Amino acid sequence: MNVIERAVTGVAGWVNERAPALVPAYKKHMSEYYAPKNFNLWYYFGSLALLVLVNQIVTGIFLTMNYKPSAAEAFASVEYIMRDVSGGWLIRYMHSTGASLFFIVVYLHMFRGLLYGSYQKPRELVWVLGMLIFLTLMAEAFMGYVLPWGQMSYWGAQVIINLFGAFEPVLRSIGIDFPITEWIRGDYLVSDATLNRFFALHVIALPLVILLLVVLHLGALHEVGSNNPDGVDIKKVKDKATGIPLDGIAFHPYYTVKDLFGTGFFLLIAAFIIFFIPTMGGLFLEHDNFVLANPLVTPEHIKPVWYFTPYYAMLRAVPNKIIGVMVMGGATMILFLLPWLDRSPVKSIRYRPMLHKLLIAIFCVAFITLGWLGMQAGGTTQTLIARCLTAFYFLFFITMPFWSRMGQFKAVPERVTMHD
Amino acid sequence: MANDEANLGRRRFLTATTAVVGAVGVGFAAVPFITSWKPSARAQVAGAPVDVDISKIDNEPGMRMIVQWRGKPVWIFKRSPEQLKGLPTLDNRLKDPASDNADQTPAFAKNESRAIKPEIAVIVGICTHLGCSPGYVPEMAPQPYDADWKGGFYCPCHQSRFDLAGRVFQGVPAPSNLEIPPYHFIDDTHITVGVAPQGAG
Repeated sequence: MNVIERAVTGVAGWVNERAPALVPAYKKHMSEYYAPKNFNLWYYFGSLALLVLVNQIVTGIFLTMNYKPSAAEAFASVEYIMRDVSGGWLIRYMHSTGASLFFIVVYLHMFRGLLYGSYQKPRELVWVLGMLIFLTLMAEAFMGYVLPWGQMSYWGAQVIINLFGAFEPVLRSIGIDFPITEWIRGDYLVSDATLNRFFALHVIALPLVILLLVVLHLGALHEVGSNNPDGVDIKKVKDKATGIPLDGIAFHPYYTVKDLFGTGFFLLIAAFIIFFIPTMGGLFLEHDNFVLANPLVTPEHIKPVWYFTPYYAMLRAVPNKIIGVMVMGGATMILFLLPWLDRSPVKSIRYRPMLHKLLIAIFCVAFITLGWLGMQAGGTTQTLIARCLTAFYFLFFITMPFWSRMGQFKAVPERVTMHD
Repeated sequence: MANDEANLGRRRFLTATTAVVGAVGVGFAAVPFITSWKPSARAQVAGAPVDVDISKIDNEPGMRMIVQWRGKPVWIFKRSPEQLKGLPTLDNRLKDPASDNADQTPAFAKNESRAIKPEIAVIVGICTHLGCSPGYVPEMAPQPYDADWKGGFYCPCHQSRFDLAGRVFQGVPAPSNLEIPPYHFIDDTHITVGVAPQGAG
């Protein structure tokens, strides 16, 4: 052993003696975490979500070094970052593009769960924790969008905060006179106080919550093990000598390498967007947000960023404030119940009847169409379509306990099938 | 210790009381954090009443002034006799034609024109749906959204419509009429927004 080797083993031994849980933890979550060997493209999005989270944290920290969270200075400080800070434009576009990519990746990650029944027993807790991450992420994204203090930041905040105002009459009817919206804003209107507290929540409080939830999400996953495209339990068939699932491979190095390949591909796309189309034609950064917030003038056409538009379309489809707000909230809340709504005897879409595939396909189209409708100005026909699709969205979930048991299921194999 | 056996009853009692006292403590400690979110003293001062010189709304018919009170836009405009005559004809198309909901209409403004002087309208220009500021469409002419338009306000956000007294139409998402702020006339050309007339609610 040369001197360097001796130093390394010496330090490793010294640490190991004082923290003997580290190596077993590494083994449990990385080198001896056995994931099914048949992961396909859909299984990239979990690790990509983690990658984007790291990107948001790193670029976010650097943005706070030049951003000023006050109504008087916020808009100008963002322009300062864009024009005068060396590399500032790149850091900001990495952050703003990262926000949209976060939702793309998370939506695909959730859809993967729907395709392969990943939320079914025993992974209900993994799904619920994931949903909590999704909810926190929505709050995080909304507050982040307020920070540049453009017209859309301002009026978006106004609309979203007023959603909570729908509950003021409800509280009053039970004798509680609590001005919810005033309390959230810290003023009689969206103002400096609102911006300042949203900044605090956006850069400290919610990121901490998200990180904690991610740790719990992964912890819960590693307790029960990963699902796979066949939806079969790999722990049923183990190597008799080692006790390792025959269809399992160690997360590290096999899936770290696979995920690195996905990371490379993903970064290529991300870089293209950041360098060539950072606003995505008004989808990722809306045109109206390049105008300073003005409390006296509402923009002609208010719409949220694309990732909220499906829910926004549902809100607009209902001609009643409190019911509209409840429909909008219910659309996300109902997803929490998915593990209990789905009564299908098989997990994966591969072994489900045609009826299930058809309904999931229509659900997809409905969700994307609602997203498109949420960006439009909204005419009579559009409202009618939005109402039909909203009804379908809820019926899809409410009737799931019935249709998920219907039809001719295919036999699920004992072990995973290897495709490709 | 003379007696090594645990007294489970006492232990349960102590655990429970500690938990209860701790929870009460956390509850009290949370109060300053929760109340810190209320409008600060400075915000409350900034929400003080404002005096407005309204003499210039006579400059041209239909002209509208927008002043800020508590940071909200307050519209002040003059309604023509024809426009005033149009108001009662809309009653059966409105959600709350008589302004029975006192949350938006103080008692002094509970009348057909929702005003102290029928021709002078003073209205908070914030949609009661989700807080956008509706557009002013005073022309008594057919509009894409209403063939029988008698003048009023049209919210670009979610297509809520209001008449020239700020009363909400049926079949739109806004739940209630636009808010009438407390205000009173100092003299013929000056009003104070933020303080109701003496002796009125």
